[in-house]
Amino acid sequence: MSKVIPIMIALTGTAWAEGIQSGDTAWMLVSTALVLLMTPALAFFYGGLVPQKNVLNTMMMSLASLGVVGILWVMFGYSLAFGGSNAYFGNTDFFFLNGVGLEAKGNIPHVLFLCFQGSFAVITAALISGAVIGRMNFQAYLAFIACWSLFIYAPMAHWVWGGGWLAGLGALDFAGGTVVHINAGIAALVVTLFLGPREEHGRRALLPHNVPFVLLGTALLWFGWFGFNAGSALEANSLAALAFVNTMAAPMASLVTWMLIDLIRTGKATAVGAATAVIVGLVAVTPAAGHVTPLSAIVIGFLATFPSYYALTVRPRTKLDDSLDVFAGHGLGGISGALLTGVFASAKFGTAGALEGNIKLVGIQLVAVLAAMAFSAIGTLAILKVISIFVPLRIDNKDERRGLDLTAHGEEAYVTGEGAILVLPDSLPSSVTINGAANGVKSAS
Amino acid sequence: MKLIVAIIRPERLPETLHALFQAEVRGISVSRIQGHGGEVERVETYRGTTVKMELVEKIRLEIGVSEDFVDRTVQAIIQGARTHEVGDGKIFVMPLEGVHRIRTGEQNEQAVTPVLSEQH
Repeated sequence: MSKVIPIMIALTGTAWAEGIQSGDTAWMLVSTALVLLMTPALAFFYGGLVPQKNVLNTMMMSLASLGVVGILWVMFGYSLAFGGSNAYFGNTDFFFLNGVGLEAKGNIPHVLFLCFQGSFAVITAALISGAVIGRMNFQAYLAFIACWSLFIYAPMAHWVWGGGWLAGLGALDFAGGTVVHINAGIAALVVTLFLGPREEHGRRALLPHNVPFVLLGTALLWFGWFGFNAGSALEANSLAALAFVNTMAAPMASLVTWMLIDLIRTGKATAVGAATAVIVGLVAVTPAAGHVTPLSAIVIGFLATFPSYYALTVRPRTKLDDSLDVFAGHGLGGISGALLTGVFASAKFGTAGALEGNIKLVGIQLVAVLAAMAFSAIGTLAILKVISIFVPLRIDNKDERRGLDLTAHGEEAYVTGEGAILVLPDSLPSSVTINGAANGVKSAS
Repeated sequence: MKLIVAIIRPERLPETLHALFQAEVRGISVSRIQGHGGEVERVETYRGTTVKMELVEKIRLEIGVSEDFVDRTVQAIIQGARTHEVGDGKIFVMPLEGVHRIRTGEQNEQAVTPVLSEQH
């Protein structure tokens, strides 16, 4: 590869930093774009699952993370996660991209590494939104994901990937089962409990308004997940290929398993169930992707289906209004995945798991899971407490009934345009208030 | 016999149906309509264009009832659909010339009397 570099210099006049490999860089450029796609994909997944009156708000909660969390990551979050070598916290060295340039970080440019990691921060915060649909004040949500990404996500990313104590302990988390999925799943649980259920929870079923959207989101999430898992190798090598095949195998197994349980229980394999199954399989294989054989990945996909399936069946009948089952999918899927990684990890890929006699690894994985759960729960609660001092976390019941699309965003997803009258800026009567308190309406005279 | 036509808010439909079923009123047609009462106007913005939505989504209920049922049907709708704010809707009670049940050919009073379906 080094022979190519002088030619590149001749062609472009740009000096490539020592240590950067073009093949690895190419793969990581693609991977980063793939992971970034997962957040709008999540918007479709969640958006399809909610009633029509809340689809825009639900999709906006994912989309907003691309902006809010993305920018904060570049400015501060990256440094808090990857700066310094303290076991528990990052530092401020890389604030405002200070010292993050085109030099090599591993085999790829440092800025690219920052982008790749940033795309993870973005989707993790967005995942939480599935728990709070239909009732959370949008401004409070923005404040929440901003704080959460800096104070909960970044430290935990530091623990696992930034040279922190969990990595030192020997805990395996290939692509973010702990940092992303358990973290988001527990945060979702806490914010659900803090906000309380929607007014209509338990009285009216929460029905998806567009199942094809859910399937579209699933397809794009799976596609993006190849960047998420195989990109976590950080190089275009055989480890990436292993993570890739496992990212294919585990969801296939969970998909088949889920459909079979569905068929045995009710005689009908549901589409929303199948979509959920794919996500659960992907979540479960995330920590294991680069540590297990493809056959083990199939077993992981199979086993991880059961806790999530059970939780999804029971949860809607409880008071817990984790509306789109972020905890059942990501929390439980992540916990299953982390523990099963401890069971199935193979010495062929570096670390032996319980099946190969290293039972201790399951214990280490359990410590990592419990630490992630505790930190996420306490931190999330603290952030919510503080935000609730400044801005109400919930909208009022009347707005809840009319839906957040209209009351928080002043838009509707499916407008006919009938009866819409163009308002020219100078013709707007002074009595019209476009942005009333989260309520884009005016009183009729 | 009367034909009761009610225009209500979409977000009150579940409560209204609940109240109607509680009052043992059966045989209801529901349609989504657009209308304009005296309610607040919605102002929405799309790609920088601000529009005033003069027409609002409403739900129309149509219920054919016998004389004894008129009052309780109207009361049930009011109970379910009322929010005390402008735009709650209207209930129209109209005389009904005749009713025919297609399945049996029953007419008038018998045709508007609900039957429990035989499977149950």
